Amino acid sequence: MKVLGLGAAMIGLAVIPASVQEAPVPFRIVGDAIPASLTGSPGDPARGAVLIGERHKSLCVLCHAGPWPDPHLQGTLGPDLSGVGARLDAGQIRLRIVDPKHLDPATIMPAYYRLPEPGRNVAEAFAGRTILSAAEIEDLVAHLASLKD
Amino acid sequence: MRGRPWALLLLAAVLAAAAAAADIPEADRRSGYELMSPELRAMQDDELSNPGMFSVLDGERLWQEPGGAAGTACAGCHGDAEESMRGVAARYPAFDAALGRPIDLAGRISQCRTERQEAEPLPRESEALLALSAFVAHQSRGLPIDPPDDPRLQPFRARGAELYQTPIGQLDLACASCHDDNWGRRLGGSTIPQAHPTGYPLYRLEWQALGSLQRRLRNCMIGVRATPFDFGAPELIELELHLMARAAGMAMETPAIRP
Ligand code: HEC
Ligand code: HEC
Repeated sequence: MKVLGLGAAMIGLAVIPASVQEAPVPFRIVGDAIPASLTGSPGDPARGAVLIGERHKSLCVLCHAGPWPDPHLQGTLGPDLSGVGARLDAGQIRLRIVDPKHLDPATIMPAYYRLPEPGRNVAEAFAGRTILSAAEIEDLVAHLASLKD
Repeated sequence: MRGRPWALLLLAAVLAAAAAAADIPEADRRSGYELMSPELRAMQDDELSNPGMFSVLDGERLWQEPGGAAGTACAGCHGDAEESMRGVAARYPAFDAALGRPIDLAGRISQCRTERQEAEPLPRESEALLALSAFVAHQSRGLPIDPPDDPRLQPFRARGAELYQTPIGQLDLACASCHDDNWGRRLGGSTIPQAHPTGYPLYRLEWQALGSLQRRLRNCMIGVRATPFDFGAPELIELELHLMARAAGMAMETPAIRP
């Protein structure tokens, strides 16, 4: 399946189906944040740290650098996330993962908790699913909010 | 009346500028070659170390080899490829009047094979078709890409341009999101090139093989979690028409090397 990758960085994106099957739960945006946890409980920062590194699942490090292993395989399409927890609170981080297009419709950062608009020709394995589940996003929020420097 | 024409001209200029805003200015155009390490560039430049040259040599052999029910070789009709195929790949895709649509170089080679040689069709991405394509395209190495201004191609090229700008896949990204707006940045460990089709078929280290432009485009589509167009699909040829127009004047590199 190696040949199917987008390049060394993205090999395998297509072969791991998203784990998410549930329909997105409703959430409320207040200003530039989603203050409440999507699951009603806090995420696990340790699980979030692992998920950040899963480059074919969360994809985060394809675009972002940060305080994680293998800096030479971290992308430069988005801002460096080192210290993001000092710049943004958990609610602000949550909205930036759930639906960054709400803040900037032209951003290239995918909306991780929004179904794509019709006509996007989504591959069958991913159709009708959000990129990550509510619980996975909460784990990421907990991890990123802990990055204070 | 006076002044009006100026206003219109100004409006036209502003609209043209807006339409071109996202495009890469000509002075900033870079082949993927220029974004590679000096080692890989040297590998591409040196015919003895460029692994793509094996396929070119294979293609040369196939060019000479009589085949099919007609028992003719490519060379039987076209003679010396160095003369007859010079510059051909730089002008493809071309309009095929019988089909009523554009055809790419690999499609034309296949067509010659089935219709003129009366031989078995060569599947897309087969070694033989890649080798023949590489051999023919190699005859344009160093020549500028020169898309024909055949008006019949225009609607297809326009559709290619539209596909290029349309966000697709679960990741909701357009070709332009990466290749116009973010070239030179890194996606993971890979530098994002400008998507110029200068080197195809080319030898990709990651594939450890020669591959076509269509294979590359399908990979990018799969990467953003879209359903890739089938090999040979009209959409891939439309995209190629657009990419060739964007790269007009840039030098052909076949067989290129890419990481
Ligand atoms: C395809 C590229 C891409 C991917 C994949 C991506 N991001 Fe982003 N991200 C960006 C860009 C670009 C921005 C800058 C904001 C903008 O464009 O409006 C950004 C902004 C952010 C911000 C705000 C940072 C700040 O300092 O303001 C956070 C937090 C963030 N991303 C987290 C994530 C996480 C977590 C993931 C994975 C689950 C992820 N991103 C995946 C491109 C990406
Ligand atoms: C998420 C980013 C992204 C998107 C979207 C994307 N590509 Fe690419 N593309 C890449 C990367 C990265 C490479 C280089 C891979 C490498 O060298 O490892 C590449 C390589 C290419 C190349 C090869 C250039 C060369 O020098 O040989 C072409 C052509 C291309 N892409 C066309 C397209 C087209 C057409 C689309 C839309 C259907 C598209 N890409 C969508 C990231 C992307």
